[in-house]
Parts: sequence; C-alpha cells; structure tokens
Amino acid sequence: MKKYDVAVIGAGVVGGMIARELSRYKLNTVIIEKEADVAMGATRANSAIVHAGFDAKEGSLKAKLNVQGSEMMAEVAHELGVKYLNNGAFVVAFTEEENEAVKDLLVRGQKNGVKGLEIIDGDELRRREPAISKDAISALWAPTSAIICPYELAISAIGNAMDNGVELLTDTPVTSLEKKGDAWIINGEIEAGTVINAAGVYSGEIAALAGDKSIEITPRRGEYLLCDRESGDFVNATIFRTPSSMGKGILISPTVDHNLILGPTAENIDDKDDRRTTREGLAKVAKEATYETVNLPIRKVITSFTGLRAVGNTGDFIINEPISGFINAAGIESPGLSSAPAIAKYIVEIIKKTRTLEKNENFNPIRPASHAFREMSMEEKNEVIKRDPRYGQIVCRCEKITEGEIVAAINQNPKAKTVDAVKRRTRATMGRCQGGFCMPIIASIISRELEIDIEEVTKSGKGSEIVVSKTK
Amino acid sequence: MKTVDLIIVGGGPAGLAAAISAYKCGIRDMIIFERDVRLGGILNQCIHNGFGLHRFGEELTGPEYANRFVEEVVRLGIDYRLNTIVDSISPDKTVRVMSSENGIEEYKAKAIILAMGCRERPRGALNIAGTRPAGIYTAGTAQKFVNLMGYMPGRNVVILGSGDIGLIMARRMTLEGASVKAVCELMSYSGGLTRNIVQCLDDFGIPLKLSTTVVEVHGKDRLTGVTVAPVDPKTLQPFMDKAEYIECDTLLLSCGLIPENELTREAGIEIDPITSGAVVNEKRETSVPGIFSCGNVLHVHDLVDFVSEEAELAGASAAEHILGEGNNSKRLDIKRGFGVRYTVPQSISNDSDSDVYFRVSDIMTGKKIVVRHNDNVILEKKTQRLVPGEMVKIKLKKDILSTLDNSITVGIEEVK
Repeated sequence: MKKYDVAVIGAGVVGGMIARELSRYKLNTVIIEKEADVAMGATRANSAIVHAGFDAKEGSLKAKLNVQGSEMMAEVAHELGVKYLNNGAFVVAFTEEENEAVKDLLVRGQKNGVKGLEIIDGDELRRREPAISKDAISALWAPTSAIICPYELAISAIGNAMDNGVELLTDTPVTSLEKKGDAWIINGEIEAGTVINAAGVYSGEIAALAGDKSIEITPRRGEYLLCDRESGDFVNATIFRTPSSMGKGILISPTVDHNLILGPTAENIDDKDDRRTTREGLAKVAKEATYETVNLPIRKVITSFTGLRAVGNTGDFIINEPISGFINAAGIESPGLSSAPAIAKYIVEIIKKTRTLEKNENFNPIRPASHAFREMSMEEKNEVIKRDPRYGQIVCRCEKITEGEIVAAINQNPKAKTVDAVKRRTRATMGRCQGGFCMPIIASIISRELEIDIEEVTKSGKGSEIVVSKTK
Repeated sequence: MKTVDLIIVGGGPAGLAAAISAYKCGIRDMIIFERDVRLGGILNQCIHNGFGLHRFGEELTGPEYANRFVEEVVRLGIDYRLNTIVDSISPDKTVRVMSSENGIEEYKAKAIILAMGCRERPRGALNIAGTRPAGIYTAGTAQKFVNLMGYMPGRNVVILGSGDIGLIMARRMTLEGASVKAVCELMSYSGGLTRNIVQCLDDFGIPLKLSTTVVEVHGKDRLTGVTVAPVDPKTLQPFMDKAEYIECDTLLLSCGLIPENELTREAGIEIDPITSGAVVNEKRETSVPGIFSCGNVLHVHDLVDFVSEEAELAGASAAEHILGEGNNSKRLDIKRGFGVRYTVPQSISNDSDSDVYFRVSDIMTGKKIVVRHNDNVILEKKTQRLVPGEMVKIKLKKDILSTLDNSITVGIEEVK
C-alpha cells in the first residue's frame, strides 16, 4: 500500500492550489484525479475572471476568501508563469431596478473590503467602453477585477507542486474511503493521514464516502461563446450585467489570450457529466450580449462550450473538517477561481490546528511560463532553435505553436497525454481552424513521445480515441 | 537582412505556377517558402482524379497535377525552402521566416506573391449544440488521416455540408469500408461541383439531404449520433418537430473554405469582406504595390486549373513590377449587381483585356449576365444555368474598356 501524509481528491484549480500550498511543507502529498488530465471539471470551462469581491454576501466565507484571493492572484500568477491581466470590471445597469441594485453592490463591496469601487454614469461608461449600448444607465467600476486563464493556473499550480515533490494519479476515480486508526484508506490501496475533498461537482459523493452526508452539490450549467482573437479588444474591462430579479445576466470580457468570451447561462441540472451546449442556451447568450452592446462581433464565434459550477447547499463555500483528518473544500462555485489561492491557505491553517507542519526548505515557487517561447525576441528564439531545432517547426499554424512547445507539454509536469491536454497547455488547435491542420500532427507527436500507436491516442481520455483503425 | 527580388509564400499549386511564370518573365532571384515537408500543398492528399481537365485535357490525380509543376520548378532551378513558415510580412515587404534548420531569418523583397491557400470552417464557427466528443473532424482532416497517414477516423459517417471535399470524402470513406449515412446541406443547393455529386454520392447511393442541418451532436467520449432537422430554405431556421436522430461515430464537416489571410492583414492589405481575400486589380496586385495574391488565398476556386491560370498572371505581374514595366492606366472599379456575390478582380485597368471571375449568390436558370457602365450595356451573355459552386468567367475587351471611366457593374438579369 502506498502511504502519503495528505491525499487531495480532485485536480482542479482548488485541488491544485491546495497541493501547491502543501508542497511548501515537508509532506508526502498525492493528488487523485478521476479524469485523464488535470483541470477537467469546472476549472476547464468558466468565465476566467478574478472577481474583485463585491458580489458575495458580507461576512460570508465567499466574501472573505474572494477578496483575499483576488489580492494574492497577481503574485501567484507571476510565480507560476500564468497570464494575468488586471483589466477592471464594470457592472452595468440597464433598468431602474438595476440602477438601484448597483448602489447596493457598491455598499456591499465596500463592506467586503474591495478597493477603488465607484459608480459612473452611462455617458462616462460609453466614453471608457464605446461598445456598450446607449441603453446603459450607470455602472459600478471595480478596478481590482482581473482576468486569468483558469486551466493554465491549475496546470501550472499542479506542475509546480509536482516539481516540488507532489505526486499525481490520473484516471483514478475514488470509490471508497475508509478510516483505519489514524489514517484513511482510499480505494483499498492508498493510505493517507489527511484527505482533502476538492472534487468539484462530485464533492458531495466524496464526503458521503467518508461519512459526511451533509453536502449536496447541484451542477449549474453555464454556456459560453468564444470569439476569434480579432475581437479581443471589443471591450477593455469585463462587462457584467447587474444582477436583478431577471437573474445575473451574461458577461462580456476579453480573455488573456485576446479572445472575447460571452456567457454564461445559469441552469440547474441533475447530470454531473452533462456538458452539452444547447441551441436555446447559445441563442440566449448571443441575444443578451447583443442587447448590452453595439456591433457585437457575433459572426467571429470560433467555439462554444459548457461549464458546470458546483453549487453547494449552504449558499457559501463549504470548507470544514467534519471528521478528523477529512477536510472539505466543497461547493466551490463562483468566485472559486478568484478565491483558490486563499482557500489553499485556509485549508493549510485547518491542518495546522491538529498537526505541526515543517517547512520544505527546497520549495521553489517558480514555474517557467509555458508560453515563454512566444514572447521571446528574435535573437532569443534563435538561441532556443539552435539548441532544439524542434522550436523552429510550427505545428499549429493559427496560434503559431512549435513542435518544441508541444513536446515540452508532453514531458513536463503535469504531463499531457491527450490531444486536449496538449491544447490546454500550448493553445495548439485553439485558433481559427480549431485543429483542422495540426490535430493529426499532434496525435503523431503524442504517439511518438509516449511510444504508443496513433490508434491509442485520445482526445480527452479512454473512449475518445482519435482514429478507430488502420485503413484496409 | 538578405535581399531577394521575389518571395512566394506557399508552395502549393498557386505558388508553384506563380514561380514558373515569374521565371519565364525573366526573374531568377526568387524563393518559394513552403511550410510543409514537400511542395504541392493540399493536392498531395487529394488522391482522387479529376484535376487538370481544362489545363491538360486529361484527368490527373492531385499529386500528379502538382508533380507537373514541381518537376518544372526543379528543372528551372527555382529556389525553394521546405519546412519553412512565413511568420510575418510588413508593408515595406520585409518577410520574416522560421525553420528548424535556419531559425528565424529576415528577407527584403522587391515583390511578394501571396499563395497561402485556404482552410476549412471548423465546428465552432457553425455553432452546433451538444457535447464535444472525439469523432468530429473537417473533411480535410479526415482526408489527411485516410490518404496520408493510413488511419480511419470512424466507420459510420454523417457529413455536414456538400462542399467538394465533403463529397470526395463520402466516396473515399465508402471505398475504405465505412458506411456514409447521409450528406446534409443547409442550403437548398450543393456548394460542390455537379460531377462530384453524381460520381461521389449518386453512384454509391448516398443520400444528399438539401435544406437540412445537424442541430445537435451526442456522445460523451466518442460521437454516438447526431440530430438532423430540415430547415426553412429562406430563414435557415430548423423545424425541430421534424428532427431525426442518426446513429454515427463520425461527423465530417465540409461547410466552406476560408482564405488564410492572417499575413495579408498584418501587411496592412485591404481585404474584401465577401471573399475574405485581398482586394486586387487585374494584375492580382493588392492594395500594397508589389504584393500580389493568387489561388485560394485570394478567393476559393472551384477547379485547380483556374488557380494555376490565376497564379501565372500574378507571377507575370510580379515580374513586371520587379522589372519596372508597370503603366499608369485609368482604373475601373467593378461593382456587384443583382445575383453576383463577388467578383475577382475588384478593379481593372481600362488599358488591357481583362478576365473577370464571379460567383452567383443562388441557382439561376435561363438568365443573362449583363455588364453595365452607368446605364449602358457593354456586354451581355445568355446562360442556361448558373450555380454558386462554380465560378463564372467573362472576358472584357480593351477596345470597349478604353472608352469608360469610374466603374462598371456585373449583374444577372432576366431575359426579356
């Protein structure tokens, strides 16, 4: 039986940030993930916003951890080589009801400790954001709001944790959790002193396995549209619709990769694996975004996707230790991404209450950026190409990703084993042609590097093989 | 920085023909940059026949057609670099290229010919609802798997879009033992060549469902089926009550080609929003003097034969530019009249004979093509049937053009 001090269940942004935080200490830690890659749940598909923190109810864990996490994020992103942009956000009011709600948000935000909030009128808003419709009455300006790539943050956090000694088990669903003396036995074969439940939409099931039946998670479907990078400057800040009796409304935001993201819808569903997009949902996103703006580049949509938010049954994050040695990080819906660095610290504080943690003197907080090559000067690139000629060979033409970058993604922690895993690490196949040219080449590179046949290469894990057989 | 007379971006059918033509017009100092491992471009994976009927009077396969030009390029000793991608082009004609062998290099050219070809429209641009499983590919991706790599992307296939590559792949997948359940086409007509519908679908009993689209894809890891529905031919909105489920493990998309003009845009060249290619004159010269465009990067062609022809024109024009033989004649803009989706070129000189290509926006039967200057008819031609899938060519003579100014309009009119 493999023995660990801590097992983190779930390799999303929350589990990843927790694992990285734990790697600052002399602990033997493992991350256990049911999917073939990390960042496969809510982390993979969300609005990619580091919220300022005015939204959550004052005094809640959400409010506290959001504001803390938001303040930590720039430095965390810098250490992990993750793209982060402090672009600010507007919460825009289009009706009198929303105009009143904006004022409430200002008060709530100030109580939560959010800095720099102010309300501006419609004209000033349009001066700063010419794409906003003339129907906008007023807006709350939140200068600390930012954008980040959520799966890049999770991948880099887990990669950094692994570089600092954490182990990762993929394709490993947790099916049993038994308390044996002071330790937990996972799936009958892994022993861990402490178990941390960061299993996203499945955190209710994991808690139940440990004996805590109090958590119920409802998956809330959110559908998004993503536009071509030509549209990335349609707005500068993130544009939220003011929450009202009509719901929260959809947001319009640039992404750190200069795409434009529109969404999400919000629909509670039953199936925790149902990541379909729907005709109605996508139409709703397009309709609302069109209402809020002028000349929305809706024809520049290059892809659509659905994310499932893990909505808990308490209205707040569920972070506790209901059973000795079993810690929940459950119900982490929005603002979970923004809060993730603070959640990780909070979890470590819980552990410290019952055991002494010794600092890992060798901890290195830095992980080189996966996009470093793209940002080099011509001279620097030439140095790299001289050392490794694969950096001179473009594979993904739309995003200009080289073979060298793809091979690095396959060989660095956490290793990419699928086409989608390569995509999330390098952006290859994410451009205009969505892999039309390069996907077969990427499949060949994975096959070569992992020494498997192309028939065994998958899109996103077992059952999603790219080809079915050789030709006749 | 190295200097060179002529740089040709792309070693597919357009780039090869342009290079040979420029050579024949006296240019020697030129390089073709090709990003792939071999010359010939997309023709290398088009192993079916039907290429070259117009040009050579015989039916060749794609690789055979390409090879005629490759051999000529080699015979003439024209310089080419493989595995070399053009990274950027600036308006002053500085070209930055990258390769494993030589790293990043910069060249300054007197003229540039853009011949980058086109790419297929992906699923996302079509915004089909549903899951995101393996098994959804563009027809060209499937063609690469089957013809170049020797792998089958699936066994039970539905094809969305009746572009030529989709039609060709319907036949190809059938020949490899797959079952092609249907080809669905959103429009009320196919965007492909009539001969391909006959030879690739009808001959194999594959149904072509016009005014039908895929409204949802199903399956978690691998595609398990698609829901298709007929659409209102006018609004293109699906009738969901008439939707049907088709079980399949593969969905191939052949929903149009988009010229690949990132480099063109970066160079500050004006783009025609309809063709998504550069705006050009009769010499295929873009809005930046000395930069020319030809082949599918300029506008999507129906037949490669016309790509070669256009590229030869661009090659000769580039040579003329380098040798300083240009003239300053009056310009005539070409406007689109009723039924004409686009024209190439978008303007011509009034001082030479010019061929103008265009595509119609819908199927037109028993109509006439009319070219007008102000209200005066300067050319009129009766036609039996015009279809959006096939390019139409009209010839304009210098003796008529020389008397005109400002603009002419190409349109489709009723025969009275």
